[in-house]
Amino acid sequence: MGKGIGIIIVLAIIVIGVIMWGTGIYNNLVGLDENVNQSWSQVENQYQRRADLIPNLVNTVKGVADFEKETYTAVTEARAKVNQINMTSDMLSDPNAFQQFQSAQDGLSSALSRLLVTVENYPQLKASENFSQLQAQLEGTENRISVERKKFNEVVQGYNTTIRQFPGSIIAGFTGFIQKQYFKAVAGSDQAPKVEF
Amino acid sequence: MRILFSIIFLFTNTIFTQDFPKLSKYANDFTKTLSNEQINYLDSGLRAFDDSTSNQVVLLMINSLDGFPISMYTYETAEKNGIGTKENSNGVLFFVAKNDRKMRIEVGYGLEGVLPDALASSIIRNDVAPYFRKNQYYEGTLAGLNGIFAATKGEYKGNPKSEEENKFPIGVIIFIIFVIYSIFRRRGRGGRGGGFIYYGGGLGGLGGRSSGGGFSSGGFGGFSGGGGSFGGGGASGSW
Repeated sequence: MGKGIGIIIVLAIIVIGVIMWGTGIYNNLVGLDENVNQSWSQVENQYQRRADLIPNLVNTVKGVADFEKETYTAVTEARAKVNQINMTSDMLSDPNAFQQFQSAQDGLSSALSRLLVTVENYPQLKASENFSQLQAQLEGTENRISVERKKFNEVVQGYNTTIRQFPGSIIAGFTGFIQKQYFKAVAGSDQAPKVEF
Repeated sequence: MRILFSIIFLFTNTIFTQDFPKLSKYANDFTKTLSNEQINYLDSGLRAFDDSTSNQVVLLMINSLDGFPISMYTYETAEKNGIGTKENSNGVLFFVAKNDRKMRIEVGYGLEGVLPDALASSIIRNDVAPYFRKNQYYEGTLAGLNGIFAATKGEYKGNPKSEEENKFPIGVIIFIIFVIYSIFRRRGRGGRGGGFIYYGGGLGGLGGRSSGGGFSSGGFGGFSGGGGSFGGGGASGSW
C-alpha cells in the first residue's frame, strides 16, 4: 500500500519534470521564432525603404534630357513586381514564396545597378548635389539590406539548428515548428551593387 | 591534440585580427601618415566627445583593403569593436583606406537619424575629399570629424560610465588644457589648420596642428567599445 503511493509519487514527479522540461524547450523555440520574425521585419523595412526611394530617383533621371528610357522603365517595372509580392513572416517556411520574393528583389537590385551605371554617361547628373544625395541614400539602403539579410540568416540558422537537434526536434515535431528559409547569395547580389564608382 | 587546437586557435585569431583590427584608441592610424602629436590631439578630442556626449566616434586609417569591399570591412570592424554604447548604439567609424583612395563613414543604428547617409556622403564629398586630394590628410580628417560631431552632438546626453562616476573627467580637462595651450602656440607662430570646433563657437578655428604637446595618450586608458551595433548605415566615397 505504502509502496504503491511511493511509486505514484515518483511517477508524478517524473511526469511533472518531463512537462516542465518540454515547456522550457517549447518556450525557447517560441523565443527563437520571435527573433526570426523580428529580423524578418528588419529585412522588410530596408526593402521597403529602397522601394520608397525609387520614385524620386526615377523622377530625377527623367528630368535629364535624352536619358535612356529603357533603364528607368526597367526599374519601375521591377519595383511593380516587388510590390505585388506580399511576404509575411508566416511564409518564411515556404520555399516557393521565399524564392519568389528573393528573385523579385534581386531583379530590382540589378535593374537599379544598371541604371546607376548608365548615369556615368551623364556628367551633369553625376555632378548634381541632388543626385549625389539620392545615390548615397540608395547605396546606404543596399548596404543595410545586405546587413539585415546577413543578420536574418544568422538568426534563422540558430532557429533551424535548434529544431533539428535533439531534444528540440521532438518538441518542434509535436508543436509544429518547421524550418525556415535562408537568403541565398546569388552571384553579386548578396553584396551591395557596385554603386561606388 | 591540445597543441593542434592551440595552433588552430592562433591561426584563426591571426586571421581575425588581420582582417578586422582591434581598435585600442579613438584615433588609429596604421598608415603612419599623421604625426604622433596629431594623433594625440585627435585621440583626446574624440575621447572628450565620448565623455560629453556618450557618442563614440573612432578614426581608423589603413593602407589598403586589398580588394575587400569597403562597406563590409567597416561594418565588421565597427560591429566587432562594439563602437557606441549598448543602449543607444551611438557609434561612428570614420575609415580611410589611403592607398585605395577610399573612405567611409559607418554610422551606428542610434545615430542614423541625425547622421543620415546623404549627410555622411556630403561630409565625405564636400568636407573631406577636397583636403585629401591635396594630400592634406590631417586637415581632411579634422574636417570629417568636425562634420560628424556637428551632426551627432545633440542626440544623447553624456553619461559618465558607472565605474568612473566619482572620477574627475580627466579627458575633458586634458583636452581643455590642450586647447588653451594650442591657442597660445597659435598666437606665438600663427599656426594653420583647424582644431575641433564642437564646443560652441568660442573655440572655433583653433590651431591644433602639430603642436608638439608633451603628453602621451597611453596613460589615460585607450578606447573600449560599449557594445553598440551597426546596420550598414553611412556612406562611402573616394577622392
